Amino acid sequence: MLRVLAERWRQKMRTIDFPRNHPPLSDRFRGRPLLQPERCAGPGCGTCTAVCPSGAIGTDASGLFLDLGRCLFCGACSAACPKGVISWSDDFRMAARRREDLVLRGGPPPGLFPLEKERRQLFARSLRLRQVSAGGCMACEADLNVLTTVVFDLGRFGIDFVASPRHGDGVAVTGPVTRNMRDALLWTLEATPEPRVVVAVGACAISGGIYRGLPETADGATELLPVDLFIPGCPPHPLTILHGLLGMLGRLSTGEAG
Amino acid sequence: MVEWHVHDSLTVEAIPVLTAEDFRMAVANAVDQGARLVAFFAAPTVGGATRLYAILAWDGRSCLQALATDPGFGYPSLTPICPQAHWFEREIFEVHGITPHNHPWLKPIRFHDRQDGGERPAPCVTEYFTVHGSEVHEVAVGPVHAGIIEPGHFRFQCLGETVLHLEISLGYQHRGIEAQLPGGPDRRTIHFMETAAGDTTMGHTWAHCAALEAIAGVRPSPRAQAIRAIALELERLANHTGDLGALALDMGFLPTSSFCGRLRGDFLNMTALVCGNRFGRGLVRPGGVVWDIEPERAQELLRRVRTTVRDVRGAVRLFLESSMARNRLENTGALAVEHAVRLGLVGPAARACGVVRDDRWSYPQPDVPLPAGTPATGEGGDLLARAMVRAQEIETSAALVERLLQELPHGPLLLPMPKLPPQRMAVSLIEAWRGEVCHVVATDGEGRFAWYKVVDPSFHNWFGLTMVLRGTEISDFPLCNKSFNLSYCGHDL
Ligand code: SF4
Repeated sequence: MLRVLAERWRQKMRTIDFPRNHPPLSDRFRGRPLLQPERCAGPGCGTCTAVCPSGAIGTDASGLFLDLGRCLFCGACSAACPKGVISWSDDFRMAARRREDLVLRGGPPPGLFPLEKERRQLFARSLRLRQVSAGGCMACEADLNVLTTVVFDLGRFGIDFVASPRHGDGVAVTGPVTRNMRDALLWTLEATPEPRVVVAVGACAISGGIYRGLPETADGATELLPVDLFIPGCPPHPLTILHGLLGMLGRLSTGEAG
Repeated sequence: MVEWHVHDSLTVEAIPVLTAEDFRMAVANAVDQGARLVAFFAAPTVGGATRLYAILAWDGRSCLQALATDPGFGYPSLTPICPQAHWFEREIFEVHGITPHNHPWLKPIRFHDRQDGGERPAPCVTEYFTVHGSEVHEVAVGPVHAGIIEPGHFRFQCLGETVLHLEISLGYQHRGIEAQLPGGPDRRTIHFMETAAGDTTMGHTWAHCAALEAIAGVRPSPRAQAIRAIALELERLANHTGDLGALALDMGFLPTSSFCGRLRGDFLNMTALVCGNRFGRGLVRPGGVVWDIEPERAQELLRRVRTTVRDVRGAVRLFLESSMARNRLENTGALAVEHAVRLGLVGPAARACGVVRDDRWSYPQPDVPLPAGTPATGEGGDLLARAMVRAQEIETSAALVERLLQELPHGPLLLPMPKLPPQRMAVSLIEAWRGEVCHVVATDGEGRFAWYKVVDPSFHNWFGLTMVLRGTEISDFPLCNKSFNLSYCGHDL
């Protein structure tokens, strides 16, 4: 017992003071991409589209777009673009409540607005999620799991992951939704009582990510389930997930919501 | 039999094609004499037929051998005389519809579309091994488990608390990666590798690049190799630390589990310091690495590795020196060394049984120094041995990372990759944290992938968990499972 206390004393208190503060991220962290569409050479160029592994970037009738819901944050586009249109900020606040809000076109990012009143009142102080991996590679799962460690201490926000969907207020989906997991995912959601929330974590769950269009996957959960929160990344940084969850619950002040 | 060194390539035609019976005996004899069956698969020939290939690794001599046979619709199963083949043969049967006659337990392993056009089986709906008797009962678990982990299905046959047999049925995570690879490499390929088993990004991307570099005859700079090695060891440090914490958690030994939860993240953040991503995505590409470790970054990493490992040491000692942990871990979930050898187990699970098997020593990557000493091994193959092997490997990995950071060699980060030459083949072996990652790659007449085989360490090891459960109490399953911590998606691909 004394040894346990001594080790605890030595290893110190480690919980971060999020959302007020957070430890510095790697200087190489690729957060929200910054676009300068005015520099883009237009559809005739196509350099970014040609190197992008997941079809996340391109031009359409309204000009240049980058879809965070598909992006792997690999940096291939920014390295290839001859005009320097794409650069990376360290802003991890990228989650969105609507799928279309993930499509960036330059200009300020759309804010993250909370759930409607009924569910916000129900879940703001206590949200229990059942996690379902449906073809996830274990990276999104790991960065969800890490939220329960002393560093992020998810429990202090009243958020927790539960073993049974019957005890859950919704599901957090990871993975592109494989054909073999599709039914189990739908049944798990059905087993959670209503009202409920659905969170799609990572590029795979939002759009299929790199697995989009494959015969064994379903292009993620977006078409399949009523997703309330989209958390981009491959995998999303734990802070991106935490920020998204708190934003959905209306627990961020205006400045923090991003 | 054709024999070559792991960093060389060969032509597919150099592999001798034997009769099915000679093939079977040759593989079984080699395995009896100490070779390991690192990959066994079917692939199309230039003429469009389907040929079976066996890749054998001779750890002592650091060399590989290959042989082939043309099976037609069936061939005599190797499994009865060479159990290492059992899961591979089920895979070949499921993917290609080629029957290994007299295989003792021939069923799908991933439950995907059938080659013969028959109806696709529902996931894990199959005949299970059952035990009969008035007091025998069956416990079915999954696909969705209690924690934040991947899906799989477990069937326990129990007599009271005692497990008579556990059957593990997977496939829920099948994304169809291998089917996407022929015709490549293309812009998606490296990302399939990065996410084949997402907690083994370094293992799979390095195996992929090593195979391509062998085919192209490109030798990455010593600096690029050192940065890869640092990232591979950081991946091992993160996961071993996490695994020890998870074992502690399942026993209710909370101090160690909460320390390790944080420390695991600290290692992931070191990887992020190198490449911006906690799992090493975007770091390794064919020809080298994308990100450098400049002197200042090396100093910062060195400082972090030292303090983090010191904290891990403290947390793990608390746990492994407590009488509670010893009592719980010792003699629980033991695996006999004969089983580990006969099933061809890899990684810490094999080493815990006393099997000396670590590709970092047997098949070192060019310009990467050997870790100090010899591979960590344990005794008795029980939970304690699997924990101790990890604890020892944390020390070896940390020492290697420190050494590499202190004397980072020079050289360009990323060499240009030429178009791959046609009709070549290569095999790569990387000792990732769970064990050996093996990639077998062959190019077609145009230098594109003709076929591509991925073997994740979990492919070898899932059946080890089955064997461990025999005669064990069902309440020990969570601990036994954590002590293997196998990948579902790496298996299902
Ligand atoms: S960073 Fe995103 S948009 Fe750019 S190439 Fe990679 S996946 Fe495509």
